[in-house]
Amino acid sequence: MEIKIRKNILEKNLTEADKNRSFFREKKVFVLNMMSSPGSGKTQTLCRTLAQLMPDIQVGVIVGDICTTNDADRLAKTGAKVTQINTDQFGGDCHLTAPMIDTAARQLGCDDLDLLIVENIGNLVCPAEFDIGENARVVVLSVTEGEDKPVKYPLMFQVSEAAILNKVDLLPYLEFDAALAVENMKTVHPGMPVFELSAKTGQGFEPWLEWLRRQL
Amino acid sequence: MHEMGIAQELVRIALEALPRDLKDPKVASLNLRIGKLSSVVPHSLTFCFEIITKDTPLEHARLDIERVPVVIRCDTCGRQWEADTPVFRCPDCENGQVQMISGREIDIDSLTLME
Ligand SMILES: [Zn+2]
Repeated sequence: MEIKIRKNILEKNLTEADKNRSFFREKKVFVLNMMSSPGSGKTQTLCRTLAQLMPDIQVGVIVGDICTTNDADRLAKTGAKVTQINTDQFGGDCHLTAPMIDTAARQLGCDDLDLLIVENIGNLVCPAEFDIGENARVVVLSVTEGEDKPVKYPLMFQVSEAAILNKVDLLPYLEFDAALAVENMKTVHPGMPVFELSAKTGQGFEPWLEWLRRQL
Repeated sequence: MHEMGIAQELVRIALEALPRDLKDPKVASLNLRIGKLSSVVPHSLTFCFEIITKDTPLEHARLDIERVPVVIRCDTCGRQWEADTPVFRCPDCENGQVQMISGREIDIDSLTLME
């Protein structure tokens, strides 16, 4: 006997993500899901972004991936409200889910925020699959990784509305072909804006900030 | 990897779908549709599923996984095609925005009970 079910196996997360979206809409806060592989310089990118946006734009941060408490201190120093998710308590470690974001967002309080940035777990596979109720996704790749990452992890680059190619200040010392990396990203996601920048030096940062401001 | 979490959700949904009036139901197979662009690795999913279904109605149930091809449609010119490689740019008009028609499924379609 066959029993029809016809369900998305991730339906529970999707339902929770939709609830988050309504909550964020009600609070008038734009939510950005930032994803990357480990070591892409996501925290540094976030730090510089916060420093440039605050205090004109009130930003909150949910950190799901942190190497040291030093990172959290650096983020908090910008004046942004920061809260951290301890993924261990949920038994998962490779991505954030919608219920985790719900808990963290309420803990953070979203009343006076314009922008909430979620720093997802450093992983190019799993986070792409889990809707957290965000308004936009951005993926960070750095020039110390391979140019072929976008075609190896196509889902991540396909679901992202924008991409950052970080650490371009290191290009003179590497054999990394930045044009090829950008081309690969656009092969997977035609029309996606790619910001080539250095979070360390601030080079190329303005177009990224402009894009971000336009989303709000 | 996240296959364990997906296997747990799969088990929850399948157990909920079992008719309550059946005594000692035994599931023969779960029929899944997994898109080729989804990040689910079928053999990891099967491995996790086997671990967590011991001593449940799902023990020894087979996962029949249909891989759904990646089908893309170009917003600009309307061309629709199946992508075998992660090249999602429209072959006709190059820069068009595209839509994923299929390929991201992580669905359970049905389950089959043992006779
Ligand atoms: Zn086209």
